[in-house]
Amino acid sequence: MIGRKALVAATGVVMLLFVLAHSFGALSVFTGPNGINAYAQALQNLGPLLLAFRAVMVFVLILHVTFAIMVTATNWKAKPDRYAVRRTRVATFAGETMLWSGLLLLAFIVCHILQFTLHATPDVVIRIDAQGRLDVFAMMRESLRLAPVSIAYLIAMSALFLHLFHGIQSVSQTIGLLNEKTKPMFQIAGITLSTLLLLGYGTIPLMILAGMGVFGK
Amino acid sequence: MRPRKQAAPFERRNMTLKLIVWRQKNPDEKGQFETYTARNITPDHSFLEMLDVVNEELIREGKNPIAFDHDCREGICGMCSMVVNGIAHGGHERTTVCQLHMRKFKNGDTIYIEPWRARAFPILFDLVTDRSALDKIIEAGGYISCHTGGVPDGNDILISKTAGDYAMDAAQCIGCGACVAACPNGAAMLFTGAKVSHFAALPQGQVEAPERVAAMVKAMQECGFGNCSNHYECEAVCPKGIHTKFISRMNREFLKALFKENTGTFTPSEK
Repeated sequence: MIGRKALVAATGVVMLLFVLAHSFGALSVFTGPNGINAYAQALQNLGPLLLAFRAVMVFVLILHVTFAIMVTATNWKAKPDRYAVRRTRVATFAGETMLWSGLLLLAFIVCHILQFTLHATPDVVIRIDAQGRLDVFAMMRESLRLAPVSIAYLIAMSALFLHLFHGIQSVSQTIGLLNEKTKPMFQIAGITLSTLLLLGYGTIPLMILAGMGVFGK
Repeated sequence: MRPRKQAAPFERRNMTLKLIVWRQKNPDEKGQFETYTARNITPDHSFLEMLDVVNEELIREGKNPIAFDHDCREGICGMCSMVVNGIAHGGHERTTVCQLHMRKFKNGDTIYIEPWRARAFPILFDLVTDRSALDKIIEAGGYISCHTGGVPDGNDILISKTAGDYAMDAAQCIGCGACVAACPNGAAMLFTGAKVSHFAALPQGQVEAPERVAAMVKAMQECGFGNCSNHYECEAVCPKGIHTKFISRMNREFLKALFKENTGTFTPSEK
């Protein structure tokens, strides 16, 4: 039971590192079409390496989801009857909704890949920029300009915030790093990282919707 | 000279409370809540004494009294076990329900009283649950194997003050099971973690540490306890203030044990 949970934690850390790296890529949209299109082209030029990396990430995701669901199923079985009066003392909303924020994120990841990786959704606009690269900037701007798409992204980023708010400090406990001294450190790290990611990713749809900055031109 | 201000006399008004109590005749029957009125309760009554008063009245009326576990009634044995208004042991910090006093309640309050709820703790009767699953975890590895003989010399094995204090903090657990009751997953990680950490911190326990943690975690799983999802509700209700760092220690010991030989074969008598 500890081993399974540790696997969920370890795969979670890998995905957190990915989300951090991905945020730098996504934030390059603020440098205008040249920045993000060049970044996307550089990624595409990696060829088989990029494919291998994607395969590993999908595998990690599958492990994370499968084991998290297995652990949750045991937990539900272990507590079949609920209390008539339920009061918690220190449990957080983020902690109690890990499964739901996680499933929401899973749905988001599937949609996000369909949309911006496979270009399979109807809103995606494919253009080639002046340098002959795929115009990722225009693709993002045109899709996220649609209010429902932007709102869905904001909801997903809120789920990511909640998931990491609990997840980051939870990892430290699961892999055995937590004690009186490190507990506040990991909690602060969790709150800071999840907030920064929410702000970072959240600004993109908000700025595009508002037509501000590089998106106003 | 100014006359000294007299302290206001302590108000000793008796209270009347509405109790909504879980009643269950046997392990197989589906229980239900029943409502009782607790009369003539003084602020000095402990929670269990309040139930005694109610039970006296029930007996006089020829009804079955409310069954509940209790023993020392001074907060050290870990026998009393009930969830009061949704919180194991009633929510007064580091206090067992027997040491919870009625002064914490107001006249006219409604109090919900439920048994510990977890698959590993089947309800036997009203508020009494079978907590022998915790004993099974201890049986699996909650001891050290050593040859008995003469009393060892004092300071024969040197133990640092820090390690001693740490082990003592872990050893404070009275095994009441409030951690399991409060855990949304019915996990016994705080209980087991405290025991594993207690031994892992001391030289006598370190010899068998990997085998012990593997065996105790296995027993925990077999008894039907859930996993820890790091909400720390257990620590919040623990009458002995056992810290969740001991769960972390157990996780660390378990992961370390995965890389050791003989893990999972805790059979000290054969060694």
